[in-house]
Amino acid sequence: MAHYMILLEENPGNMPPDLSPEDIQSIVAKYQAWRDGLASQGRLQDSNKLKDEGGRLMVKQGGTTQVTDGPYSESKEVIAGYFVIEAANYDEAVALCQNCPHLDYGRIMVRAVDMVTCP
Amino acid sequence: MSHGADTTVPRLVDHLFRQNAGFLIARLTGIFGGSYIDDAEDVVQEVMIRALKTWPFSGVPENPSAWMVRVAKNCALDLIRRHQVFRHKQDTLIATVEAWHESDTADAPRFSHEVRDEQLRMIFMSCHPEISPEGRLALTLKVVGGFSTGEIARAFLSSEATVAQRIVRAKKKIRGLTLPFAMPVADQVAGRLDSVLQVLYLIFNEGHSAHEGKNHIRAEFCQDAIRLVNLLTRHPLTAVPEVHALAAYFYFQAARLPARCDARGVPVILARQDRRLWDQEMMQRGVLAMARSARGVHLSAYHLKAEIASCHTLAETAAATDWPRILHLYDLLLAQSGDAVVALNRVVALAETIGPRAALEELDRWSAEPRFETYLPYFSVRAELHARLGETEASRRAYRRALALAMSEPVSDYFREQLEAVTARDR
Repeated sequence: MAHYMILLEENPGNMPPDLSPEDIQSIVAKYQAWRDGLASQGRLQDSNKLKDEGGRLMVKQGGTTQVTDGPYSESKEVIAGYFVIEAANYDEAVALCQNCPHLDYGRIMVRAVDMVTCP
Repeated sequence: MSHGADTTVPRLVDHLFRQNAGFLIARLTGIFGGSYIDDAEDVVQEVMIRALKTWPFSGVPENPSAWMVRVAKNCALDLIRRHQVFRHKQDTLIATVEAWHESDTADAPRFSHEVRDEQLRMIFMSCHPEISPEGRLALTLKVVGGFSTGEIARAFLSSEATVAQRIVRAKKKIRGLTLPFAMPVADQVAGRLDSVLQVLYLIFNEGHSAHEGKNHIRAEFCQDAIRLVNLLTRHPLTAVPEVHALAAYFYFQAARLPARCDARGVPVILARQDRRLWDQEMMQRGVLAMARSARGVHLSAYHLKAEIASCHTLAETAAATDWPRILHLYDLLLAQSGDAVVALNRVVALAETIGPRAALEELDRWSAEPRFETYLPYFSVRAELHARLGETEASRRAYRRALALAMSEPVSDYFREQLEAVTARDR
């Protein structure tokens, strides 16, 4: 089975600031249920949150490499974290993400990991 | 939730976040001081948000409460180092936070006494008689119950701004008078306890209010009032008969909650409820609490209310209800309080013992009560009495008033059905 990288844009923690503890728990529980589903089907390979700070952006310009702090934390497109799952093909990978609660908060990008095996 | 999932995956206990919010706010207020509830709340909000940012990816940690304690400690240390007002006692505060063991969590049985006592100090501070009654209620729900301003506003049908304003004023009062984060001293317990019990009673009744239909926050208010009264029944200083009586009242009332609405959420009147749905365990707890309350010489209003609730809840059938006893208890309660709402409840008992005519005459004596102009139960009782006397027009008038005051769809449905039934009888 192939591996698919599931990239979640926008962190659920950047939601409206007036969430109550009970609201927060219900959101966490939804993600947990989705995760459990993947894990119980043996599909979950790895998952991690990325740090909130924007990271570094490196660009080579005129022979020197410019390193800037990523402005990503301000941007909607920031990747909040990722999951690596196993699926037979894109259709199946997408199907596994159909009920991901993240779709209520931000975009999901699904990319197949190109696993090159040595002959 | 998928079945067949690995059972070792940590599960989120119901209300874990809310429970931890109350615990952490009390612990941090104890560390920072009563004037810094806002800071305690900021730290706790940060803890909750970090969990929300992290747990979707990492999964729920093995021990979620210990995770929250660890994050709370780190955030608290940051705040202490940053905050100008803490500068002069920075070292002491840092030492206190660092001494807080991560296994000392909201749900650690080993520390249950400390947790209980901290919560009690918080309750006594937020229910201080110097704070306005509305302020006490809102602040207690917020900082002890872990409810948000929005949730409190929705439950009390008021605006978020109003509730927020009440909380701000209450905190200002605490700062202004430097009210202590402490249990009252022994000779002040009785007076201070009054104010606490009033708040718990209001929290419970708000959750229990028969005329508002289903609302999950309300049910949680009932649960929380029961949790809080139990903190009081377990502390030697506050385990007085009156507190047990209030606990008994909560249990007997809560026992009937499962049967109070039908599947559509429409309220079911007491006489028609399916008594098999009543919660037996709650009833037993009620009986036990009532036995514990039967000490001393003082017959408090809570004793009377508990006994009335027990008459309803322990009756095998609606017909077996001991109405003469209930009427007698309402007589005593009315003599104690002179309260119009008590009088209204007494009218119901009068109708059952003497008859609807006598009940209606008594109700007329209270009809000038200003609160009744917008009090749904008043019109509901009036409509019912007129209907029983065959006074269809008057009954319909009262049902229409009740209908206009109904705040939720299921309750409106109930009164619409009543109105139709009375009208149909007339044809």
